[in-house]
Amino acid sequence: MMTFLHLFIEFFKIGLFAVGGGPATIPFLQDLARSDYGWFNPEELGVMIAIAESTPGPIGVNMATYAGYHAGLSEFGIIGGVFGGITATMGLVTPSVIVVVIIAGFLKAFKENEYVKGAFSGIRPVVTALVAFAVFGIIKPIFYANGAFAIPVIAISVVVFALMFIKKLKKLHPAFWLALGAVAGILLKL
Amino acid sequence: MFKKLFSLFLTFAKIGGITFGGGLTMLPLLTREIVQKKKWVTEEELLDYYAVGQCTPGIIAVNTATFIGYYQAGVLGGIFATLGMVAPSIVIITIIASVLQSFMDYPIVASALTGINAIVCALLAHTVITLGRKSLVNMISVVLFIIGLIACFVFDVTPILLVIFGGIVGIVYNKIKGVKVK
Repeated sequence: MMTFLHLFIEFFKIGLFAVGGGPATIPFLQDLARSDYGWFNPEELGVMIAIAESTPGPIGVNMATYAGYHAGLSEFGIIGGVFGGITATMGLVTPSVIVVVIIAGFLKAFKENEYVKGAFSGIRPVVTALVAFAVFGIIKPIFYANGAFAIPVIAISVVVFALMFIKKLKKLHPAFWLALGAVAGILLKL
Repeated sequence: MFKKLFSLFLTFAKIGGITFGGGLTMLPLLTREIVQKKKWVTEEELLDYYAVGQCTPGIIAVNTATFIGYYQAGVLGGIFATLGMVAPSIVIITIIASVLQSFMDYPIVASALTGINAIVCALLAHTVITLGRKSLVNMISVVLFIIGLIACFVFDVTPILLVIFGGIVGIVYNKIKGVKVK
């Protein structure tokens, strides 16, 4: 039972401190992956992100559900997984509901408030650094697995990264690239 | 009242169930459903909520849903809109996660996931670039970004502390700048 309480609290914290939506939750999930909870490991985080990006719904919510499912599953089986997913998601959105309901009353004052403006001008670059660090942490075990550089994986990654700078390709849905990656993975027996 | 809550839940469930990517990609659908069809808010109001949703803690889509729900039917409205927004995710992800778990052991699935992971790396690198373009707009933001990187890579500082630090520096910097201008 404590698992669900921890899940709620941990995702409540993410909902409260992840400013800037979906990607901002990644550093926190990275932190969780390395924590003592053992809900999911850094390698599994990559799969979580892929699924969150290629299914409907807000990415942050998808990741919370997936992480919660993983956490509950590891201890209580499928039923635990379902409850875990719900618990984590509720934890994630509770701060939003509270905060938004509080500020909805004085929306204009909030947006124009110089303290709020100032705070966010400082938070945004820090969040970018946090996400950059988390992304590095995700990429590292994928590029350097089992004591060697995974050259084919790195090659695919770099090529797709470069292709995404092309304007026409930029608009393609992430699911398209992910499907391409899956096919390449199967064909190359990665 | 009950009808309204139900309608809020359904409308946001529809939006949550058919938009991929969250965040910005949700805006066109919100406009069509909330502004044009339901006429709950004007286009301008929607953008306002969206802007505030972006700079309040939490998932942007959820914040926007709470905003609209709250203005339509109070606290309960906010809760129902939010529940609607997350309901499809919970259902879809739970199904995928449970199916995936039992397929994980097949070599072909493992190969596919490795290929997918390669793409995730590329997608994430682009996310960082997009965030950087939006957030690194002046000297102080670049300095904060570098401090943030050092704090993460060298000192392993927790994200929460860094977010609070960034907020404080931002406020102090804005204050000083404000005084200078006057």
